[in-house]
Amino acid sequence: MSNNASLGTLLKNGIFGENPVFRLALSLCPAVAVTSGVKNGFLMGVAVLFVMTMTNVTVSLLRNFINPKVRIPSYVFITATWVTVIDQVMSAYQRAVYKEMGLYIMLIVAFAIILSRAEMFASKNTLLPSFVDGVGMGLGFLLSLMLLGVFREFLGKGSFWGTQVLPAKPLLIMIMPTGGFFAMGLMMGWLNWIDRKFFGGAGASSGGH
Amino acid sequence: MWQHVLTIFIASALINNFVFSRYLGLCIFFGVTKRMETAIGMSFTFTAVMLVEAVLNWLIYNYVMIPYSLGFLKIVIFIGTVAAFVQAADTMMKKVAPALYYKLGIYLALIVTNCIILAVPLLNADENYTLFESMALALGSGLGFSMALIIMASIREKLELADVPKSFQGLPISFVLTGLIALAFLGFSGMITL
Repeated sequence: MSNNASLGTLLKNGIFGENPVFRLALSLCPAVAVTSGVKNGFLMGVAVLFVMTMTNVTVSLLRNFINPKVRIPSYVFITATWVTVIDQVMSAYQRAVYKEMGLYIMLIVAFAIILSRAEMFASKNTLLPSFVDGVGMGLGFLLSLMLLGVFREFLGKGSFWGTQVLPAKPLLIMIMPTGGFFAMGLMMGWLNWIDRKFFGGAGASSGGH
Repeated sequence: MWQHVLTIFIASALINNFVFSRYLGLCIFFGVTKRMETAIGMSFTFTAVMLVEAVLNWLIYNYVMIPYSLGFLKIVIFIGTVAAFVQAADTMMKKVAPALYYKLGIYLALIVTNCIILAVPLLNADENYTLFESMALALGSGLGFSMALIIMASIREKLELADVPKSFQGLPISFVLTGLIALAFLGFSGMITL
């Protein structure tokens, strides 16, 4: 992660190479919970994108002023502040969705991915790379959530973003918690397989928070 | 009143199990369930910390935050108390009970990033629970989490001997397993309407 890595590479990294959900398997807790619909997944992804980017930016700006001994609590504090911001904004502008997912939005503060990016990247890099890294990781997260959401909503309710596509509800189990776990496991397995078959990768996701 | 407290306890342990119904605590769930010993160790540590945390945060929320209208800061303050308490417990345990620390100390550090530790105080605040209701939620969540850990650990230990396809080894198959257990827990729903 040098300062000379091109910004385009950084962006791609967050989406594919080190995709937070499917590759690094970090911060799964709320991710799987909110994907019972594409719209929920999208809004959650947007919230995470916002918090990731702003936290990375803030940490990068303050990196020379934070005492290394208190850096982890400082990062947590910064993240918590931005989560409070997005929490308030969402409860104001997306009241209905917020009622369902409010708890999970607040739990963004416990995301290991945000903390680890701040620690590993933003604290050592200048503003623009940190911003792009945050956007990349956030986009990776958003796309993963949408992928899961499409899969689950289509199979579970036969709809897409609330509009009915299929006449019936094929597999209701998909929108329940069980379906969430199944969808996640299957997605990970398939992506591993694709990775091994077409990209010659190791095809194994590491475990983590 | 006690009936309501008991209802909350059972609901949070079985019906709204934090792992299988609310998807929380997955962070640590997959991490410590590779071995039965780690699962059991984490169960004890988690329940103890959860109970103290819930009480601490309840006190702060009701006696400091509500009187001064600081409700919007609950995210920041709750995670602050979690971090501070874990740090304090870590230091205390090292001095007071070194043998216990040697066995369980490692789990303390992991608990800070556990989603459930933050979720329980947030739920208590949102639902405006009394002290005993909050404790019931905390204990119930601890029990539910312990059950989840032990069930998962016992399956995963056997899984090591199974012939899992290469793409599914590790996390993917664990997720599918969790889905199956969640399916079983679905049977509890409707037992008590909360």
